[in-house]
Amino acid sequence: VNEEPVLPRAISVFISFVALLRANGFAVAPEQTTAFLAAIELLGPRSIEHVRRAGLATLAPPPERRATYDRLFDLHFHGNEAIERADVEDEEVVRLQEEGRGEDEPPLADEANESGLAAARAEALVARRFARDATIDALRRLSREAAHLPRRRGHRRRRARRGPFADLRRTLRESVRNDGEVLRLGRLRRRARPRRILLLIDVSGSMKARTEENMKLAHALSQAARNVEVFTFGTRLTRVTSALRLKRREQALNAAAHLVSDWDGGTRIGDALQAFLAVPRFGSYARGAAVVVISDGLERGDPVALRDAVAKLSRRAWRVSWLTPLATAPGFQPQTEALIAIRRFVDDLVGGGTSAAVVSHLLSLGSRRAA
Amino acid sequence: MPVRSNIVGIDSPEALEKALRAAYYLADDAIATASYLALALGKPLLLEGNPGVGKTEAAKAIAAVLGRKLIRLQCYEGIDASAALYEWNYPRQMLAIRQAGEESIDIYGEAFLIERPMLAALRAPDSTVLLIDEIDRADQEFEAFLLEFLSDFQISIPERGTLRATEHPVVVLTSNRTRDLHEALRRRCVYHWIDYPTEEREARIVMMRASRVAESTARAVVAAVGKLRREPLSKAPGVAEAVDWAEAATLLHRGGARWPEAFKRSIGVALKDEEDLHFIFPRLDALIAEAAA
Repeated sequence: VNEEPVLPRAISVFISFVALLRANGFAVAPEQTTAFLAAIELLGPRSIEHVRRAGLATLAPPPERRATYDRLFDLHFHGNEAIERADVEDEEVVRLQEEGRGEDEPPLADEANESGLAAARAEALVARRFARDATIDALRRLSREAAHLPRRRGHRRRRARRGPFADLRRTLRESVRNDGEVLRLGRLRRRARPRRILLLIDVSGSMKARTEENMKLAHALSQAARNVEVFTFGTRLTRVTSALRLKRREQALNAAAHLVSDWDGGTRIGDALQAFLAVPRFGSYARGAAVVVISDGLERGDPVALRDAVAKLSRRAWRVSWLTPLATAPGFQPQTEALIAIRRFVDDLVGGGTSAAVVSHLLSLGSRRAA
Repeated sequence: MPVRSNIVGIDSPEALEKALRAAYYLADDAIATASYLALALGKPLLLEGNPGVGKTEAAKAIAAVLGRKLIRLQCYEGIDASAALYEWNYPRQMLAIRQAGEESIDIYGEAFLIERPMLAALRAPDSTVLLIDEIDRADQEFEAFLLEFLSDFQISIPERGTLRATEHPVVVLTSNRTRDLHEALRRRCVYHWIDYPTEEREARIVMMRASRVAESTARAVVAAVGKLRREPLSKAPGVAEAVDWAEAATLLHRGGARWPEAFKRSIGVALKDEEDLHFIFPRLDALIAEAAA
């Protein structure tokens, strides 16, 4: 006898919690829901904390969204009273914003500002939406010629006619056909892989005219190459990598626009880069990477902080390129204090006034060696 | 999904926590819960956290509690099936072919198979714990390969056929989160983010792990390490560094150094980056004095 499975009432409250998480952009698979229910049963549950922990272990919310998870949990299981809990905030001058899933409209009103809480700071927080625009030739060129983006030698091997390693497996298989006689030794060589590109985009007021184009470019680059990390900085540092992984440009840029809250504000490049390097996980993105900074270098903060940060970055990176819209002619000599200070730590200080210039530079990196 | 609520006499997170403590691992409620759930649900346990919070130690402790052998697979970029799963002993096969002469010979027999960690764990699921360490260092190809292993717990060797585990092996994965793991991998596992322990717990860990460190020393070190972790350092000291620092300072103190001086001179075991040292040095005295208070 096949009966419709009826959801016991006691379970439905947990199922609806999963639905609430999904509505807030957490990716939860059906098998995780099953595991969640099994976990609750295993733990008793003797208290509501058991349910919270069962959820943490099986639904696996990413650590940077833990605060949101807890808030939704309290909302769902405790009602409204418990939501007033103060979120733990780090005391960095430059605040780090870790992105969420890049959903289009964060259902929690204050989501975009989640780790911000910067009301105390006199910053102009403007949510900006990107307007539609025609595709630019430069972006087309980027996706067409993506093979020219920088590469490095990987550790995985592939068959080759000539190469430094012997392919024993293939050699043996072939020798069996010849009564154990090795007629030809198969060779292997290391495969080239795309090098990580770390793109740091200045979104402060002085770069206002270029910001939209730069974000489009960042999206095109994220689509063209696999190994791209994108951060924006002004008075804050924001990771927008996964927002830009969304395929449709409009959607991706909208998602990024929600994450970034310091559009067209001031610039503290040094502090932003220091903050970037101080998070070990972010700092390791720079290791061996082609680091590309798009900024005019008009620093309002301490130029020493900027110089130290760029020096540190250049020691980790494969190559640091600084693209500034101020450099229009080939023999550009920097005038601002900040750019003069960092000149000896960057490998390329070139023009980035147009998307075409930025794309040309990115594609030219593929034929360069480490500095 | 085979659920077993009782594993070698452990039937709750609290019981597991107690057993882990007996294995010299001080677990908090959250990690004990996640570990218990992973064992009970027969799923792999994925531990993420900053370097030095004790992810690998947790795996070792779990193996000790279960009374099983720990098989460790250290990941690196380019790791592939021949390093993780199995490899044929080619020179031996070649020799065997030569020696066999006219007789027929099976060169894909057991004698020519070299067992690697994943195959070893699959063949003895009831007596081993498989630790896949620093999975974030491996590339995406390996992650995809691992996904297959973790969902079916089976391995296919083209020359020999498919091998399936008789029961779900206990698997612990760790990641330093230097890159985001694939969503599908997180989904397969029971997940836990290990944070730095609270001061209270870390002091207990230091005293348990270090040989002869006084409680006051442990507390001072833990307080100082806690302060250092709030600084923008490129490599923050982990729990292991705290233990080393306490041990080193105690050693210097016994050698005749005065207290704040002993801490200061042994800072090298806690901070291992020249720039970090340089950055913190001007404030080190104040920091230590504050921590020792």
